[in-house]
Amino acid sequence: MIERLRKPWPDHRAERTLGAVSLLIGVGVVAMVVFVATKSWPIFEHNGISWIFGGGDFETEVAKMTAASNKPAASVYHLRAWPLIYGTILTSGIAVVLGMTIAVLSSVFIVELAPRRVSRIVIPMVRLLASVPSVIYGLIGILVLVPFVGNHIISNGEKTSVQNVVQLTGAGLGVTVVILTIMITPIMVALICEALSSVPPSWREGAVALGLNPLRAVRAVTLKAIRPAIVAAAVLATARALGEAVMIEMVSGGKTFSPKPVDGAVFFFEPLRTLASAVLDYHDGITSPPLGATVYALALLLLFSAFALSVTGYLVKLPLRKYQTRG
Amino acid sequence: MSTYAPGASSGRGRRSSPMSWRWGDRLVLVAAWGAGIFLCIVAAAIVLYMGYRGIQDLRPDLLVTRPRVGSDGSEAGGFLDPLLGTMILTAVGILLALPLALSSAVWIAEYGRPNWLARVVESSIEIVAGTPDIVIAIFGLAVFQISLLGPLSFTSEGGGVYGRSFIAAGAMMSLLALPPIYAATRDGLQAVPGHQREAAFALGKTRITTIRRVLLPSVRSNIATGVTLGVSRIIGSTAIVLILLGGLRTETQGPVPLLGVLRGTGSSLTSYVYENSPAGEGGAPQKAYAAAFLLLIFVLVLNLIVDRIGRAQERTTGMTAGGAIV
Repeated sequence: MIERLRKPWPDHRAERTLGAVSLLIGVGVVAMVVFVATKSWPIFEHNGISWIFGGGDFETEVAKMTAASNKPAASVYHLRAWPLIYGTILTSGIAVVLGMTIAVLSSVFIVELAPRRVSRIVIPMVRLLASVPSVIYGLIGILVLVPFVGNHIISNGEKTSVQNVVQLTGAGLGVTVVILTIMITPIMVALICEALSSVPPSWREGAVALGLNPLRAVRAVTLKAIRPAIVAAAVLATARALGEAVMIEMVSGGKTFSPKPVDGAVFFFEPLRTLASAVLDYHDGITSPPLGATVYALALLLLFSAFALSVTGYLVKLPLRKYQTRG
Repeated sequence: MSTYAPGASSGRGRRSSPMSWRWGDRLVLVAAWGAGIFLCIVAAAIVLYMGYRGIQDLRPDLLVTRPRVGSDGSEAGGFLDPLLGTMILTAVGILLALPLALSSAVWIAEYGRPNWLARVVESSIEIVAGTPDIVIAIFGLAVFQISLLGPLSFTSEGGGVYGRSFIAAGAMMSLLALPPIYAATRDGLQAVPGHQREAAFALGKTRITTIRRVLLPSVRSNIATGVTLGVSRIIGSTAIVLILLGGLRTETQGPVPLLGVLRGTGSSLTSYVYENSPAGEGGAPQKAYAAAFLLLIFVLVLNLIVDRIGRAQERTTGMTAGGAIV
């Protein structure tokens, strides 16, 4: 047997083996969807699709599920998870918009404006920012930013104004969004920088020759040419933001609450919970059938969002192929 | 924004200096510099602050003492177990991911027929890359809780399968490491000039021999880059460890020495940081800072390695390793 393996393989067998091994990954993906979907089925069975809408109190529903016996009544499966979805959209949305602005500006800075000496310092710094583990961001958030915001930025008046509804400790939307922005900006910078430097310099030089100043030339020509890459970067960053569980769990206050924009400045200090952080939070209760199904349903929603974003990213990147650049 | 204003920028002289630009343009210029410098300051602040706390709190004896189990287990002892746990996880994850990633990269780049099947494999790797690690973790829990796979994970006395072990966590970690290794290897293979293959074929080599003797050796540094990126993803992943390993000390399962550890539960540096922060059970911020500092050093070193490999490759072959600019 070993003798046979040592000999050079015939080509067709090698091809088939390699292909089969590669196909394992596809099988794994299918298994992932099937597993998560079947585990979450009871939630769909009892709530239909309406569990992703509002109209219930998520925390009392979960409390009921935790307290339920092994063969729970159908009513226990009642679930309305809108606050989590709202929290996810809110944090990812604000972070992506903020991060996009910073990323486009700093990419233009790195590729077009900065002297080579400066950009050689900036690039490793941004790369470092991208590779810091999320738990370190969370640690800094919970031990530095949250106490700072809680003690110095939120006034006592603001604390008492919402006292009856929610306690403001500093952990909440504001800190979450700030850290999330810093986490996803480097990803966008990487993609936008790559696209920026793949635009032929002659395009921009032509614009400069026509009398535009260099910055306008970048804006009018280069940035327009890489619009698909910018959208692709936003999509990728959104995917990353959606899936961030650990950091958000650490700094978001750990309370299912929907921050309300009508509250004014307090809005930014109100706690929230996202889909991913809820999965992390409740994974211990997975042995209770209804709660387990809930956790898997949340994971399924995340999985589908990530999937949808992948497809969007692929479609958006198609026009880039025209320029033969990889986005 | 994009309306052209002829003459606006061409004051005196041929070169336009920022001083002659419109206010809006100058503002954008300042904002661009500001954004770039802001990112640098944030990165520097994180490293310096972690360094400051780490040097304060990291004592060598922490590295070699095990966490002690007590009423408040995380108060006492060091983080030998988490350190070893991180290494075991990395080893298991890379060992599982490497063959999978290499064979799919080779297959896609060198064979890739039938076309639709190649598309399936490519897009499933893309899906794996895009799946949040929390979902991967919860999927792993579902898989390893099947009682058939019970022997691979920690089981209670009564025979209940927890689905938690180094094997379970490592297997899911391999999904994190797979995409970077695959992408780096594939890009490397696609960048190998065609005449190298043709030369090998002309010498009478079969395709697979060419791959083994010519192509794979020439993309060694790409593979190394991919593996390093994979390692840094594994080291930094917290959710998978929290869900699939969950424990402070390494608890072995069964009498077989190595297998016992792999089947048992434990912790990694990331989960140690999490558990010792106010978010976890223990309130030992100093320990958390110390472990986080160690983690950051690992990440920095891995970054340096990727950089080195890339530069060395650029020098020798003139092509860039499979990494982006940033």
